[in-house]
Amino acid sequence: MATYLIRRVLQMIPVLILLTLIIFGVTRLRGDPTLQFVEPNASQEEIEVARRAFGFDRPLHEQYLSFLGGALRGDFGDSLRYRTDAMSLVLERVPATLNLTLAALLVSWIIALPTGLISALKQNSAIDLAATSISVVGRAMPNYWMGIMFILIFSVQLGWLPVSGTGDWRHLVLPATTLGLGVATTLTRLIRSSMLEVIRQEYITTARSKGLSEWAVIVRHALRNSLISVVTIFGLQIGWLLGGAVIVEQVFAWPGMGRLMLQAVYTRDLAVMQAGVFVSAVIIMVLNLLVDLSYTILDPRIRYR
Amino acid sequence: MTQITTIAQKTIAPPRRFARLSRAMRNLRRSPVGLIGFVIVGFVLMAALFAPLLAPHEPTRLQLGQRFLPPFWLEGGSWTYPLGTDQLGRDMWSRILYGARISVIVGVTASIFSGIIGVGIGLLAGFYGGWVDSFLSRVIDTFLAIPFIVLALAVITVLEPGLLNLIIVLSVTGWVTYARVVRGEVFAVKERDYVLAARVIGVSNTMIALRHVLPNIFASVIVLTTLNVATTIIAESSLSFLGLGVQPPTITWGSMLSEGREHIATSWWLATFPGVAITIAVLGIIFLGDWLRDVLDPKMKD
Repeated sequence: MATYLIRRVLQMIPVLILLTLIIFGVTRLRGDPTLQFVEPNASQEEIEVARRAFGFDRPLHEQYLSFLGGALRGDFGDSLRYRTDAMSLVLERVPATLNLTLAALLVSWIIALPTGLISALKQNSAIDLAATSISVVGRAMPNYWMGIMFILIFSVQLGWLPVSGTGDWRHLVLPATTLGLGVATTLTRLIRSSMLEVIRQEYITTARSKGLSEWAVIVRHALRNSLISVVTIFGLQIGWLLGGAVIVEQVFAWPGMGRLMLQAVYTRDLAVMQAGVFVSAVIIMVLNLLVDLSYTILDPRIRYR
Repeated sequence: MTQITTIAQKTIAPPRRFARLSRAMRNLRRSPVGLIGFVIVGFVLMAALFAPLLAPHEPTRLQLGQRFLPPFWLEGGSWTYPLGTDQLGRDMWSRILYGARISVIVGVTASIFSGIIGVGIGLLAGFYGGWVDSFLSRVIDTFLAIPFIVLALAVITVLEPGLLNLIIVLSVTGWVTYARVVRGEVFAVKERDYVLAARVIGVSNTMIALRHVLPNIFASVIVLTTLNVATTIIAESSLSFLGLGVQPPTITWGSMLSEGREHIATSWWLATFPGVAITIAVLGIIFLGDWLRDVLDPKMKD
C-alpha cells in the first residue's frame, strides 16, 4: 500500500510539470504578458519597469524556469486587484468550494444509488423507464439553467429556500442539489448498467441457491461488485464536478474559488487565475488518488503494491 | 513472397463503410428515438440557417411599450409574441430562433477542430506506443485534471471574448475525449491481421495509420463528434451565460439566460425558454448520436 502510494505520488510529478507548462503557455498566448499584470492606464515607462520587474525581458525558457520555481512553492505573485498574495486568496476560498462539491457528491449518491439499483432490479418497469428518461433529459439540461429553475420554483414561487449567498445549511441546499443532480444522471446510468451486468453472473445465482436472503445477495454480492466499475468511471466525473462548481457558484453567489476566478477573468487578474487553475488541478489529482485508494475498501481482492 | 503479398492484399480490403451507412438510413424508420433526434436536429439547423425567414419579428428591435409581455397562453399574452417579450420588448421566439445560429456554428466547428486535434494525438499515442504514448498520455492526464471551464476561463483572461476565441477555447479543451477513445481503439485495431499484413508487405507507418487504422476507427469518431457537438453547445452556452462568449448584440441562448435571470422574480419566461431551447437541441443531438452509435458501432457503449 505504502509503495503504491509513493509511486502514485511520483507519477503526479510529470503531470504537475506539464500543468505549469500549460498555465505558463496560456499566459503567453498573446506574446508579452506585461500588459496583463499592470493597470490598464499605466504609462509606457511604468510598463517598461514592470516588464523588467517581472522578468518578461528575459529569454522564454528562463522565464518558465522561474515561473516553475514559483509555482512549485505556490507563489504566483500578487493579485492585481487585491494587492495580496494570489495563492492565499485562492486558498481562502477552497473550503467553500469543497463544501459545495462534497455536499453535491453526497446528493448525487443519495439520488443515484437507490434509483440505479431499483432501475436495474426492475428492468423495463415503469420506475426504470421514468428513471432512465429523467436521466437522459438531465444529461441534456445545462446545469446552471437547472439552478435558475430551482431558484424560480423553490425560492421565488414557494419561498422555501434562500435565493443565494451563504449562511446556514439552507443556503447550501439549492447549489448542492443543482450540482449533485448533474452528476446523479450519469451516476444513475452507470449504476444501472453495471448492476445489470453483475446480476447475470454465476456467483449471484450461487449466492441465491445457497439460500442467502435477497437483501444479502443484492447488497453484499451484486452491489459491491458493481460499484468497482462505477467508481472507476466516477473518478473521471470529479473534474466535471469541480468545473460545474464554478458556474453553480456564480448562479447562487456562493463565495468559492469559482467565483474568485470569474472575477479574475473580468478584472484580468492573471496571478489569481494562474493560482486558481493550479489549485483546482491539484485538488482533482488528489481526489482521483482517493478514489483509486477506495477500491481497496470496495474490493478486498485488490491489493496495491 | 508473392503469395504473402496477395494474401496480405486480400486481408487489407477495408470493410464497406457506405453499405453500413445506407443500412443505417433504413434503420432510422424503426428507431423512434433516432427519428426524434433527426427531426430535432433538422429543426435546429433550419432555425439557424433560415432565422431571418422564420422569425416573425426583428430580434434586436426594441419596443419599450411592449416590455415583459407574457407568452400567449397567459393573460396579457398574444400570438403576436408567442413566447412573450423580454425586458426591452424584443420578441422571445425570434431571439430563440436566431440564438440557434451561434450554438450551431460554435458547436459544429469546435467539435471538428477538437476532433482533428484529438484524433491526431490519439493516433500518434496509440500507433507508436512506447515513449510517445507515455508522454502523450501524461498530457492527456494533465488536461483531464483541469476542468474544461477552468481552462476556458484562463484562456479568456488572456484572449478577448469573441466568436473566434470561443471556438479556439472549446477546441483546445475538447480534444481530450477523442484522444482517449481513439488511442484505445488504435491499440485494438493495430494488432489485427490486416494491419500486420500491411506491415509484412512493407507499407510505411504513416500509410498504415492513415489508410488502414483510421478508416476502421472512423465510425467511433463520427459518433464522438456528434455527441461532442452536444457537450460543446452546453459549454458555449455556459460561457455565454458568464458573459465570456460571443458578445452582444449577437444573440446567444446563454446570454439570454443571463439577462433573463435578472428578472426571474417578475417574468419567469425570460430565463425559462432559452434553457428549454438548449435542452431540446442537446437532447436531439444526443438521440442522434446514440442512434448512430447503435448502428455504426454497436460495441461502443458510454
